[in-house]
Amino acid sequence: MATITIREALNQALREELARDEKVFLMGEEVAQYDGAYKVTKGLLHEFGSKRVIDTPITELGFAGLGVGAAMAGLRPIVEFMTFNFSILATDQIINSAAKMLYMSGGQFNIPIVFRGPGGSAFQVSSQHSQALESWYAYFPGLKVVMPSTPADAKGLLKSAIRDDDPVVFIEQERMYGNKGEVPDDPDFTIPLGVADVKREGKDVTIVARSLTVPLALKAAEQLEQQGVSCEVIDPRTIRPLDIDTIIASVKKTNRVVIAEESHPICGVGAEISAEIMERAFDYLDAPVKRVSGADVPMPYAKNLENLAIPDVNRIVAAVREVAYLD
Amino acid sequence: MSKQTVAPPEVDPQLLKKERDQAKERQKDRLSGLENDQLIELYRQMLLIRRFEEKSAEAYVAGKIGGFCHLYIGQEAVGVGAISAIRKDDYVLASYREHGLALAKGMSARSIMAELFGKATGCSKGKGGSMHMFDKSLGFFGGHAIVGGQIPLASGTAFATKYLGTDQVTLCFFGEAAVNQGAFHESLNMAQLWKLPCIYICENNQYGMGTSLARAMSLRDIAQKSCAYEMASEFVDGMDVLAVREATMRAVERARKDYLPTLLEIRTYRFMGHSMSDPGNYRTRAEIEKYQERDPIKLFSASLLEQKIVDQKTLDEIDRKIHEEVDDSMRFADESPLPDPQELYTDVYATPIEPGRK
Repeated sequence: MATITIREALNQALREELARDEKVFLMGEEVAQYDGAYKVTKGLLHEFGSKRVIDTPITELGFAGLGVGAAMAGLRPIVEFMTFNFSILATDQIINSAAKMLYMSGGQFNIPIVFRGPGGSAFQVSSQHSQALESWYAYFPGLKVVMPSTPADAKGLLKSAIRDDDPVVFIEQERMYGNKGEVPDDPDFTIPLGVADVKREGKDVTIVARSLTVPLALKAAEQLEQQGVSCEVIDPRTIRPLDIDTIIASVKKTNRVVIAEESHPICGVGAEISAEIMERAFDYLDAPVKRVSGADVPMPYAKNLENLAIPDVNRIVAAVREVAYLD
Repeated sequence: MSKQTVAPPEVDPQLLKKERDQAKERQKDRLSGLENDQLIELYRQMLLIRRFEEKSAEAYVAGKIGGFCHLYIGQEAVGVGAISAIRKDDYVLASYREHGLALAKGMSARSIMAELFGKATGCSKGKGGSMHMFDKSLGFFGGHAIVGGQIPLASGTAFATKYLGTDQVTLCFFGEAAVNQGAFHESLNMAQLWKLPCIYICENNQYGMGTSLARAMSLRDIAQKSCAYEMASEFVDGMDVLAVREATMRAVERARKDYLPTLLEIRTYRFMGHSMSDPGNYRTRAEIEKYQERDPIKLFSASLLEQKIVDQKTLDEIDRKIHEEVDDSMRFADESPLPDPQELYTDVYATPIEPGRK
């Protein structure tokens, strides 16, 4: 076990999978000569050459579609979006081509492609650069959507995503690239898609968190422990397909749920999880499901306003106390 | 904003005849490049598409075909000419006006008609319909129904063949209205930058649904747009199957030998509406008739007869056989089963995941 950052873990996953399979190639803006805008792809051009690690023009729709076409013809592309905000330009190809190709071709053309890059908020980059888009992509059958929160998950899940035969939208978090954690050394270490992870066991309240809110939920759980509240923190890790069974099992144990997410609340993943809990575990609930979401506004620039727009430890603590009827 | 309209061209019968004779003259020179049986095969394929589409229209009106149905009638020379210039293992991608291209690539009338009927025996198991015909084994990589969406995909298949070191080429068909989409420009830029063996075939039928080219495009010389990307291009008469074939052969050679892309603007005309539900109020009867005078199938059969490559009896026999083939495809589609209800949930994922499976 080595202790490395999420950035390094992702880099290892890319390196190992590029080495493992000649059909895997990586393309995106600044991924090669510049070593990646966030250095996730550092050193890969040097190691694998310009045939396998390809700088693209700023042409998101074009290179996303080119990747899907390459997948139709037998390759396994990894397409990096410098940030997922730019994937908005490519949604036609992600949704209309990648997600639906297998179905509308009657099972003839699967699309083994990974669309990856950072999503969510960063540090004061304002409205157009701070969007959590997972609910967009999770909406579409045909796509798989993954959001890791630790270095080990990042590495294990990215390797699985690259080996998967379907299109995977793999959303990292820019604020978390420097987060450290232990990662197994085994080059064949993978984590299966579609499996939630119980990040902390507890008995009083379940907190469902993903990506940015996982470390926040774990900190909140520590504080709440001091206050006599035992929290279970569940990270679904894969948004589609969602391992709802693990969440339901926890809810049946704790009878109280807080969902912490960076995204806007409307039509979000939290809303979906909440609906699933209503349908499957209503009789087990001792309090209404509570969401802690990003503010329902475009992301502001000013530091104080930005802080108000993003969930923090205090808001999660308050929400847990609310569903536990402590205040 | 006032509505811009384009005055319909006056039809001068003398001029029409002159144009037709000139077209025939040009085609005559091209006939010598092919054996007689090859020429007859081109004719057969064009006529098969024509008859197949006529039958599709009937079936649509009879309620056997649902959704949208975009016919290829009038444009047969483009698909047949271009696809005759490539190998079986080359790739073709198309828009939603792709029945004819699928036939030209070797897909059976049965599998296409059954797909139109939404039957389990269709080429896409009844899940794609008119706009999403696929046959991987024949290199037909689909009809795609977002205007211009197939253009980046085709750049990707060309990228893959180059990456894998094979010498296949990709033909990408799209209408002229797709040229206004960003996907077109993004694709051409990358294709020339990275030297991808893709031939971009713009089927300029002069209308994007009901909007004429004049109302939609500032620079209407589409072949010239390749200059923005330093890409080779040609303007081609799409009513002459041999002209299309020859231009495509030149482009294919560039692609296969040197991995160089080409933009072909092939001027054609659709004789029917945009889709089956289009009454066609945006163009005059006279304009349609003018182009029907240049019907690619009539032009070609006249050339073949005049040059004594084939006699009328043989042409009649070809037509009879095609009628049989198309009728057979209708019967087959009619009698085929609907998809099993279980199929609703298959083919969503290649590797479906049971969530929670460790």
